[in-house]
Amino acid sequence: MDYHSPASFAEASALAANATGITRFLAGGTDVLVQLRSELVAPDTLIDIKKINGVHDITRNADGSWTLGVAATGAEMSEHAELGKDWPGVVEAMDLIGSTQVQGRATLTGNLCNGSPAADSVPAMVAAGVTVTVTGPDGDRVVPVADIPTGPGKTSLTKGEVVSAVHIPARGDNGGDAYLRFIPRTEMDIAVVGVGVNLRLDGDTITEARVSLGAVAPTILLVEDCAKAIIGTTLDEDALDALATAASAACNPIDDKRGTIAFRTEVAGVLAKRAAKIAYARAKGENV
Amino acid sequence: MALDDRKSEFSFVGTRPDRPDGLDKVTGRAKFGADTSAPGMLHGAILRSPHAHARIIKIDTSKADAHKDVKAVVTRADFADVPFKPGLEGEFWNVLENVMAGDKALYDGHAVAAVAATSALAARDALKLIEVEYEVLPHVTDVDKAMAPDAPVIREGAADYSVPEGMHPNVVRYHESGHGDIEAGFAEADLVIEDSFVTEATHQGYIEPHACLGMLGNDGKGELWCTTQGHWIAQKTCAALLGIETSQLRVTASEIGGGFGGKTTVFIEPVALALSRKANRPVKVVMTRSEVFRATGPTSSASMDIKIGMKKDGTITGAQGIFRLQGGAFPGAPGDMTAMCGFAPYNLTNVHQVGYDVMANRPKQAAYRAPGAPMGAFAVESVIDELCNQLSLDPIDVRLKNAAYEGTKASYGPRYERIGLVETLEAAKAHPHYAAPLKPGQGRGVSCGFWFNHGGETSVSLALSEDGSAQLMVGTPDIGGSRASMALMAAEVLGIPYENIRVTIADTATLGYNDVSHGSRVTYASGLATIKAAHHAVDKLCERAAAKWGIPVDAVKWENGCAVPSGPNAGDFDPMPLADITADMGSTGGPISGHFEATPEGAGVSFGTHIVDAEVDPETGKTSITRYTVIQDAGKAIHPTYVEGQYQGGAAQGIGWALNEEYIYGDDGRLQNSIFLDYRIPVASDLPMIDTVIVEVPNPGHPFGVRGVGETGIVPPLAAIANAVSNAAGVRMRQLPMSPPRILAALKDNG
Amino acid sequence: MSKFHVSTTVNGDTVEYLCDPRETLLDCLRDKLNLTGAKEGCGTGDCGACSVTVDGRLVCSCLMLGVEADGKQVETVEGIAEGDILHPLQKKFIEYAALQCGICTPGILVAAKSLLEKNPNPTEEETRYWLAGNLCRCTGYDKIIRAVMDTAADLREAS
Repeated sequence: MDYHSPASFAEASALAANATGITRFLAGGTDVLVQLRSELVAPDTLIDIKKINGVHDITRNADGSWTLGVAATGAEMSEHAELGKDWPGVVEAMDLIGSTQVQGRATLTGNLCNGSPAADSVPAMVAAGVTVTVTGPDGDRVVPVADIPTGPGKTSLTKGEVVSAVHIPARGDNGGDAYLRFIPRTEMDIAVVGVGVNLRLDGDTITEARVSLGAVAPTILLVEDCAKAIIGTTLDEDALDALATAASAACNPIDDKRGTIAFRTEVAGVLAKRAAKIAYARAKGENV
Repeated sequence: MALDDRKSEFSFVGTRPDRPDGLDKVTGRAKFGADTSAPGMLHGAILRSPHAHARIIKIDTSKADAHKDVKAVVTRADFADVPFKPGLEGEFWNVLENVMAGDKALYDGHAVAAVAATSALAARDALKLIEVEYEVLPHVTDVDKAMAPDAPVIREGAADYSVPEGMHPNVVRYHESGHGDIEAGFAEADLVIEDSFVTEATHQGYIEPHACLGMLGNDGKGELWCTTQGHWIAQKTCAALLGIETSQLRVTASEIGGGFGGKTTVFIEPVALALSRKANRPVKVVMTRSEVFRATGPTSSASMDIKIGMKKDGTITGAQGIFRLQGGAFPGAPGDMTAMCGFAPYNLTNVHQVGYDVMANRPKQAAYRAPGAPMGAFAVESVIDELCNQLSLDPIDVRLKNAAYEGTKASYGPRYERIGLVETLEAAKAHPHYAAPLKPGQGRGVSCGFWFNHGGETSVSLALSEDGSAQLMVGTPDIGGSRASMALMAAEVLGIPYENIRVTIADTATLGYNDVSHGSRVTYASGLATIKAAHHAVDKLCERAAAKWGIPVDAVKWENGCAVPSGPNAGDFDPMPLADITADMGSTGGPISGHFEATPEGAGVSFGTHIVDAEVDPETGKTSITRYTVIQDAGKAIHPTYVEGQYQGGAAQGIGWALNEEYIYGDDGRLQNSIFLDYRIPVASDLPMIDTVIVEVPNPGHPFGVRGVGETGIVPPLAAIANAVSNAAGVRMRQLPMSPPRILAALKDNG
Repeated sequence: MSKFHVSTTVNGDTVEYLCDPRETLLDCLRDKLNLTGAKEGCGTGDCGACSVTVDGRLVCSCLMLGVEADGKQVETVEGIAEGDILHPLQKKFIEYAALQCGICTPGILVAAKSLLEKNPNPTEEETRYWLAGNLCRCTGYDKIIRAVMDTAADLREAS
């Protein structure tokens, strides 16, 4: 296995474009090293992008939006009070991944590019409308997070392409987000179901909403029907029930060692309601 | 709470000093299995079957043999089936077959070949060069399916004499016991409940993977360093498998990073030695976590039918159990133990139990803390709880009404000596936990548990130094602080400070035979032997003092670390401290030592009662354990803090078994969750503090009253938690683990 | 396959080693530097027995390549005591019997020290979640949690 630590994303892209066999980028490495160790994936080329300038930066832009370097860790995000105030759901989703130790290494970008349908941060990013910059041999393009994973372990990135920055929109007024997942223990598990909710209010009424589901289909889902169920409502019981029904209806899960079809379908609705309540309270300015 | 107000006749026993190996273990310098190396050392790696059941047609190792970094490749042909010791049979043959497959791979993960290379990476890479041709055979992994007429046969002729005619060849041992008239008992009952229960296999989950360093030459002499609960059994087994003499193999036990029964046999050790013999260099083998799950010894899985009759006043009139245990591709599942333990806490007029040992295409089961008992207790105590619920009886009162006591004829035959079950139940009833109010959504569960405990072959040697300090050599690896207990017991007899005694786990070349650290036997048996060895030394100390004073030896007694004259013919001398006797022992008769070798028989059975509160989320089926109390009879707690630790650890492992831990096999017969991510043992945030009550009803079979405490703590939790969850959810849970999908499905079925 | 030359600092000492890029930091600590205090319990970042800090950040050394340690400051269990003076956590772990077999202890001490440096007054829940990535199979965590929280209390009192 060849190991490279390029100084720029253009160089990283060129290395990947010219490599033969299997190439992996190394950000936090919390998935790549496990795959390497278990010989699930035996990369021929490993490109460590952590030595590129600015990859740990978390920056609030003039318009209130955020730019995160691709090696910014979960721990660094959790320690950034302002980011957590704007996007608690995104930060909490990232924080749910693995242990304190894993938080010291794991990144949003790695979680995204691993392509797992159960990735915790991805539903939160999809709900928040996060985009990423992809650097490739033909230059940069900006892609919505939802368009990166294409199936379990698969992404839309082509040979030579590497994610080079993460963009979180400006929070704006009267907005709130939340992410909840179900795991059998209290920590250290892969999500059996994950739900991200991001919404905006006018007074008590929801005017905008994005609801995403994880671990219930081959990719993370952005569910229009869930958004429709709560837009225009004050998140009353009827709206919550409609939200749960829509969430369960959108599920296309599998039976596996972590959960059953029936369980995932049912719990997606339960968590959608719970996450929506938290997001709603946050949009109202409550500290939950 | 160790009944601290009781006046102690002991000076050292019952105190809580720092453990002697504490400093090593908090600084990182303690040497565990993988923490050693040797000059010229090679690294071994093992190739494992990806199939649950397959005939091995051919193994081609030529490409691996030719690789420049590879120094040895071994297959089954390199072990001592015939050439050295013809007729390897019984358990040795089973272990060999498990350590390296013969004609067939019998489970996913079964070893088929191994290499030794100049680095761990090179060894792993070289495995890919070995070509194995398999003929895949039909497989079975479920216990009930393995007993069905159409089940694939794992191995013809594996059954012993006990199995009734007409059973499937996968049923290899049968147990039946009991007394009274079971049908008459059920006829007497006001309510009879009959129900069926299932538990999945779990793994001991010790955090340290198996690791060893082996050296063996063509002269038949070898050295082995390994993480093990018993290095003499490792010595004996490895010698047999490699066709060498037992005494020519010296085995040293490393510090052991958890065992819980899983390190009572060998897996990689004979392989390392075979590789070493072939390469003529030391070979280190360390398992990956995935290998630990796939190819060491998990528990049995179980399928059980229970029928119990009860009168309205709570009297059990009849109890019957059928316990089917699947223990992998070899005989050994403890169906007999499950059957014998299930009803053991109760004084029953009519009881009948049957146990089956069933083979399936899974790894060979190994012991796990009170092997066989927890699953049986789960089934039996669940039915008792349901009877209590339906008859509106208090579950502790019912257990007290039926509890076994001194003289009770046990469900498995003999009459009990002095036991402490009633005392644990009374302590449970009096505990504030039992009276504490429950919140909505919470339920409380209670269960008793029983385990036999074990004595076993034991050797201990104690040597005094000139300066009056003592070195104690025991042969039972310290799996939970036993060096501290041994030093306390030796200090008690010798009358010298705890700190002046150095306890070493001796290697096989420096002490007589010792059984494995299992059966909750270490504090009991090595403790008893330590006390006797110390007395042996004290006898000699008294002889020397008597000689110095010129009085008969029977006029000298030992008190507070000194020889003192005693009796009318003794004369008047000042007490002579131990160090004054040892100071010149070289010239008064030579070195003073004590030793003791025996197979102590009085281990004394053990009982515990657990109380647990659980809260179930009705929308997701997720359970949290909100409060837990362990009450168990320790006989006499030598180091109470480490007794508490055993209770807490047993409860925590039981919580894992009850709620989340399970072996998950796919339709292809492959293990699907061979990493800690998906084999979900409890993490710190899953558990509450675990309260303990040490009941002390002295064991008449030990000089200080000790009963082993290591295993009983995992017997009640499965049932206690199942009862708590069932009471919280309002629906009886009959299958473990009670994972959220199972609880949610049960809630839905219940409307 | 060429190896990489790595210069790094471990417990304040400058060290160098050659490693295959597939070797983890844990492999390098144990096999090349003979620092066997960090243990491999799983190799997948699930057990925490290999916990170390790198530039002050708690990580699993099995989830980091040896080559990535170049130029970093690594702290392991072997560096917790100062000479013959044990860290208060080490003393308290012995006193409270917060270990039985001791295989998880190095990782838990490194993780607990990291917790107390960030949060001198952790609640029981915070302590339990911080240590959720450190599996212990022997103790049920009870005595570990008590030892960490009582050490924190002692340190607060002393400061």
